[in-house]
Amino acid sequence: MILAITAPQPRRNVELVLLVLALAVGIGASAMVGLNNATAFDGDFWFQSSLLIVAAFAFHMVLRFRAKYADPIMLPIVVALNGLGLALIHRMDQPGEDTGNNQLRWTLLAMAVSIVVIWFVKDHRLLRRFTFIALAASAVLLVLPLVPGISAGEVLGASVWIRLGPMTFQPGEIAKITLAIFFAGYLSSNRDLILLAGRKIGPMQLPRFKDLGPMITAWLVSIGILVFQRDLGTSILFFGLFIVIIYVATSRISWVVIGGALILGGGFLASKFFSHVAFRLDSWWNAFTPEVFDRSPGGSGQIVQGLFGMADGGLGGTGLGQGRPDLVPFANSDMIVALIGEELGLVGLFAVVLLYMLLFTRGFRAALGARDAFGKLLACGLSFAIALQCFVVIGGVTRLIPLTGLTTPFLAAGGSSLLANWIIVGLLLMISNTARGPVDTSPITHAPTEAVQTS
Amino acid sequence: MSDISELTITALRFGFLLLLWVLIFSIVSTMRRDLVIGRKAAMGTPTARELRKNPELAPAPPQPVKQQAHQLVVVEGPLKGTTLPLAASPILLGRAQEATLVLEDDYASGRHARLFPQGSRWFIEDLGSTNGTYLADQQLTRALPVELGVPVRIGKTVIELRP
Repeated sequence: MILAITAPQPRRNVELVLLVLALAVGIGASAMVGLNNATAFDGDFWFQSSLLIVAAFAFHMVLRFRAKYADPIMLPIVVALNGLGLALIHRMDQPGEDTGNNQLRWTLLAMAVSIVVIWFVKDHRLLRRFTFIALAASAVLLVLPLVPGISAGEVLGASVWIRLGPMTFQPGEIAKITLAIFFAGYLSSNRDLILLAGRKIGPMQLPRFKDLGPMITAWLVSIGILVFQRDLGTSILFFGLFIVIIYVATSRISWVVIGGALILGGGFLASKFFSHVAFRLDSWWNAFTPEVFDRSPGGSGQIVQGLFGMADGGLGGTGLGQGRPDLVPFANSDMIVALIGEELGLVGLFAVVLLYMLLFTRGFRAALGARDAFGKLLACGLSFAIALQCFVVIGGVTRLIPLTGLTTPFLAAGGSSLLANWIIVGLLLMISNTARGPVDTSPITHAPTEAVQTS
Repeated sequence: MSDISELTITALRFGFLLLLWVLIFSIVSTMRRDLVIGRKAAMGTPTARELRKNPELAPAPPQPVKQQAHQLVVVEGPLKGTTLPLAASPILLGRAQEATLVLEDDYASGRHARLFPQGSRWFIEDLGSTNGTYLADQQLTRALPVELGVPVRIGKTVIELRP
């Protein structure tokens, strides 16, 4: 037990100062884009900047009233990343395209939903009651894109979208939150069963064979996503999330070793049986071979053009709006990291990576401070989901690992991802509020106080 | 916008990168304070003068050596009289068959509570049970240490730790 002598402090004023700086970054980026490319905004610069400012301060005020002790650093980091993303997406808009404004609408919607979550849930311990509902919800969300009628069909080689009226939506993004809630809720009650030791090999304590059930299930589900939705990124994200939560819950390294072996085995089988996985591996390994570069679909042109762009950016970048990211396909979504590398240079790209790292450490800090096992596991899982996405995307763009279709959190164009990540930040802020605030001795709200006979 | 000179644009370009790093350094300097968990740990042994100003920094008087808990006794409920030796592994209490102590108690949940050792003490943690876990009449909201002889109520069952 750690005895904290310092009294809990809200630190909302620090957040306000950092928020002003963060907004300066986001709006400064938009202004730079406007200087170099006057058509990108069609004169809406002031209107859009003020919307972003109003939304950020509204979020800040909600934290003042509803989550007084929440972490003061997360909101400024996220606002800075989101603002930078908006500027970069506007920068990529060709005349007539509306991706930038669309992203702004999604940003406002995502912030509103996150505010609603903080306002009405208030205490993350309530979510534990929905452990198995969360599992059912994840199953439904994962199957939705395959249901005829609402499925948007196969878009860009993956069937992960559904169509809702004029919009398309990726339900898998929300599923990562519900799955994290399920894993955290399930493992916080069942970890002692899984902890029962099995055989010991060297320094490693293997789990009992029958306890491998949940892990095999998670692996099969991930493989299912890969086979039916052809989405490598989401499949890796879900399985990684599961391994991390089970490792944190049991502190047994054997889970990570077994999980790693399953990933390698699954990856090997997938590359043998599915052409899209084999193409991905080939265009990673042999990216600079002319045949692979020109192949369509499944060529390495996108990665290599991104690498050329980043090389052109050098240390200080070409300046916002002065590079040639139009040569890279999907420069405003999948390859937005390459765009940052080109126009802000290594110095700017490192700043962005550091912002992600700081956000991730704040999530883990909330987990360390949380006083209940469920909150710890949930905060670890959610912040790890953000970190894993960053690693997979930035690693893919810089050709450290094969490129997979995950979105860069908060930066890339894409409404569902933005919505999911803002909800994650809302939940992390909520957990950090209970972790940093004074010890709450009242029972969970809505908990039945009378004795109820359970069957 | 050709009326802005090349020099201004270059200055703004580097100014923006500087702004990005100013944000990062402000965040890191804010975090520095947050890394300190207890002031005691950060400052080492307090001097006599600091002690006069902040009496709460005084080192706690050495606690008398406590007796360790070695068994768990059910003092009330359907399983009254059952004892369970305490080893170093956590104990799951509930009606589920996998529980370490299977409570035949209609008011307990399947996986009701968890008793686990940390350092030389045992802690009890509620696992989201329907009717709650009570440590000496106080409903648990987080893991709390269980002292010897303090009753822990789970449904109609009351357990105690004994030396």
